[in-house]
Amino acid sequence: MTAPTSSARSDLRAVATPLVQLANEPYYHATGDEVEVFAAAAASGLPVMLKGPTGCGKTRFVEHMAWRLKRPLVTVACHDDLTTSDLVGRYLIVGDETVWMDGPLTAAVRGGAICYLDEIVEARKDTTVVIHPLTDSRRALPVEKRGEYIEAPPDFMLVISYNPGYQSVLKEMKPSTRQRFVALDFDYPQAEVEAGIVAHEGGVDAATATKLVRLGTLTRKLKGAGLDEGAGTRLLVHAAQLIARGMAPVTACTAAIARPLADEPDTRHALDDLIAAVF
Amino acid sequence: MSERKLFVHELEARLDEMLLLSLRQRSPATPAAQLEALPRQVQERVLHWVGIAAQTSTELGWAIAQRAGTRAARPGFALDDWARAGLEAHDAGGLAAAQARLDDFAAAAPDTASAARGVAFAAVEGRLAGFLHALDGRPMQLRCGAKTWTDGETLWLPESLDLAADAAGNRRLHTVIAALLWAQARFGTFNVDPEPELVQWADREAALDWFSLFEGMRLEARLALELPGLARDMAALRGPWPADLEPVAARLARPEASAADSLACMAELRRVGAGDTVHPPYRTMLDPLAARRLRAARIARDTGTLRRALNIMRAIDPHSRGGSSDSEYPPLAADGDSVPAELQSGDLQGLPPDARAAAQSLAQDLDGIPPELLRPAGPGAWRPEERDEGEGPVAASSGEPDALYDEWDYRRGAWRRDWCHLYESEGPAGEHAWVDEVRVRHAHLIRSIRRRFEALRGEDKPQRRQLDGEEIDLDAQVDARADRLGGAEPSPRLFVHRRRVERSLAVMFMVDMSGSTKGWVNDAERESLVLLCEAIEALGDSYAIYGFSGWTRTHCDIYRIKRFGDRYDAATRQRIAGIEARDYTRMGVAVRHLSGLLHRQNARHKLLVTLSDGRPDDHGDEYRGRYGIEDTRRALLEAREKGIRSYCVTIDRHGADYLPQLYGPAHYTVIDDAKKLPARIADIYRKLTA
Repeated sequence: MTAPTSSARSDLRAVATPLVQLANEPYYHATGDEVEVFAAAAASGLPVMLKGPTGCGKTRFVEHMAWRLKRPLVTVACHDDLTTSDLVGRYLIVGDETVWMDGPLTAAVRGGAICYLDEIVEARKDTTVVIHPLTDSRRALPVEKRGEYIEAPPDFMLVISYNPGYQSVLKEMKPSTRQRFVALDFDYPQAEVEAGIVAHEGGVDAATATKLVRLGTLTRKLKGAGLDEGAGTRLLVHAAQLIARGMAPVTACTAAIARPLADEPDTRHALDDLIAAVF
Repeated sequence: MSERKLFVHELEARLDEMLLLSLRQRSPATPAAQLEALPRQVQERVLHWVGIAAQTSTELGWAIAQRAGTRAARPGFALDDWARAGLEAHDAGGLAAAQARLDDFAAAAPDTASAARGVAFAAVEGRLAGFLHALDGRPMQLRCGAKTWTDGETLWLPESLDLAADAAGNRRLHTVIAALLWAQARFGTFNVDPEPELVQWADREAALDWFSLFEGMRLEARLALELPGLARDMAALRGPWPADLEPVAARLARPEASAADSLACMAELRRVGAGDTVHPPYRTMLDPLAARRLRAARIARDTGTLRRALNIMRAIDPHSRGGSSDSEYPPLAADGDSVPAELQSGDLQGLPPDARAAAQSLAQDLDGIPPELLRPAGPGAWRPEERDEGEGPVAASSGEPDALYDEWDYRRGAWRRDWCHLYESEGPAGEHAWVDEVRVRHAHLIRSIRRRFEALRGEDKPQRRQLDGEEIDLDAQVDARADRLGGAEPSPRLFVHRRRVERSLAVMFMVDMSGSTKGWVNDAERESLVLLCEAIEALGDSYAIYGFSGWTRTHCDIYRIKRFGDRYDAATRQRIAGIEARDYTRMGVAVRHLSGLLHRQNARHKLLVTLSDGRPDDHGDEYRGRYGIEDTRRALLEAREKGIRSYCVTIDRHGADYLPQLYGPAHYTVIDDAKKLPARIADIYRKLTA
């Protein structure tokens, strides 16, 4: 039997945020000048904000850019109980001693990584303030609990994403936060481009991909009329992957597109009808 | 659900709860006794429908409860269709009509097997509306009627379908018919004038049947391009074409075929002599005269909107403005007939949204936009139904105004100082009984709203045994100490984390009291406010309600219904009941005044919700159309600068075209039917503030 302290120690190492570089190129199809803008912002040490609807490729774009710039990527999915400590780090009590553990943001700053805060508006308002010193000329992270002031190396970069389609007034980003970022608008790609992406990612033929994209486009027209948001490219890719496994297209689309989008019976049935009509 | 049947006393209690029978001194004993004999599933179904009906009217619920027991006992009785028919009759003709329909429905549908198979329009209306909205990108009008046809704007579908072998097949048939009618309007069935051909036929009905059949062939092929699944359903429903029609079907299936080809096929058929037509199960009627009449009106309206937008574009464009901008107004119709490049290239992005929608609609009606339409010809403008000019204002605002407000004139690009005279007064009290009646009628809904909102309120709950937090968790410390002394590994979770759930929110509801809200819309607004108040009281948010109306810039009226800090008491409820349709909708000044009041509130988040039934409008031409939209938009921008978020709930079938311009794409919702507002309003509010 091992001593309690050492076992807790090894646990700690296991949960500390690892910094890894992506080995393989994540597939991403550029639709505008976003790659150039992002690269220039990275070279200038500016933070970047990605705006756009769910599932249109924001996260994939960051992964792709991290690979392209050869920097490690730390992704944090923000939620409404994300505290400053969750980002910066905390003391853990292990046996008789207290041990400091860096949070993902601190780890990214120390290691010169890209830190991607996904859906930043979901985080508690006081949490977003901690990123402010990192997003102006200071480029530093004060860690109050340790009395430490970490200057970010040139390779550190902060990226946040934000979905302007949310209607809740409590989930708007404050101008004082917004105005620190270089912003890139994301939207669903053009139909042909999107079909190419679905075919590539989902492993289906061009004809099936075109039908999936047509279905996606039809559902997007229902935004505000039964749906909060239409099917994103990600959902289409999911459906394509199910189809590629040999599932019937209608079943795949029902499971991967219609059910995740809607609970309300009329809208669900309308989606069923659309799927039946497109395939 | 358990299989046990409900006993009489349980049924009585459920019926009493829904219908408030004891209040009305009615006894649920008889219906309950009849229902007791039924299986649990049927019992629940009956209670379900009684509950739904009770939301509309307890009398209607009672009518269903009284009749359901004996009817539902019959084998294969189509309870759902029966109840739906009753509700529909109530919507159309009131309680007496509903009772009559509930009574004679049984006589009308003795064929129980068919009742189980048949699918009523009401059962598929919602899903079809969604389906067509997705196809077209706009909400479509759906109605049911004896004749299955479309005039290009409204789709009439059969009241019930019972041609297929099962319910699923009949639902599919509904979908096919709806899609076919949509396709007629979308793919140009009404873009040719069939009269020259139709008059040559001795039998007009037969001629129209042939035209409808040929168009069906053409449209099936058209739909097959994008919606192959739907076309497959059509082919399966009709079966193979008769051999002599095969060549025609093939000819009309070519992608370039148009309605003119269908007419050409008719001409050939007429020469060789036509036999009887084939009637596919999705057969639709055609009424080209009615459809083309409506189309002409639509084209005129769209042309006006488009021309006006082009005039404005020219007026704004500095190159064509010419004269000095000091002149009272630059002429809207500038000379020269240069067509903006965006339009020539077919790209409509440069136009405002309503003009873009009009241009798209025109392009659909005319297979493209003829260049002569793009030539400016006077200020063609959007005109709402004109009011009688002799009519005077309903409101009587007099004396010194309470405040003066500037108004934004987009044509000048400047403010008109102290332009609007605002009078604020207390809203008149209405009947108290009305509010009570609404609360009784929606008792079910109110209960469920309160439950959901109370859950949303959230409390300042300390979370124990956290990895870190604001306080030390003494219990956890004691445990950890004991563990350590006992040689076990102590848990590191030693803190209390206080999760702050703070809703520092002030909401202002701004209610349209313009003359156009008269009737259903006004009822819907008032009912929605009652439901909202119940919901927000449960939530504890700070809120206020003001009504607005007016008659020109010198009589802008604001009615206090409930101020911030006022309680939701009998007096407030009476003022809600007293909200009535008055004059016009000068929105900008109301937004400015109310956002000023809201701004003074001490809350982190401030929200302005407008309930209205259409675009800004005022007496005289000036505020109508773009002027009012620009002014309102400006007022909302000013509010935004003060940190006030705005959200608009509009009851307007055609609303979506100007709202993006007014509110930005994410901040409004359109409700196409006033009756749906009360049921949806609480959800809208919950989503907004979640």
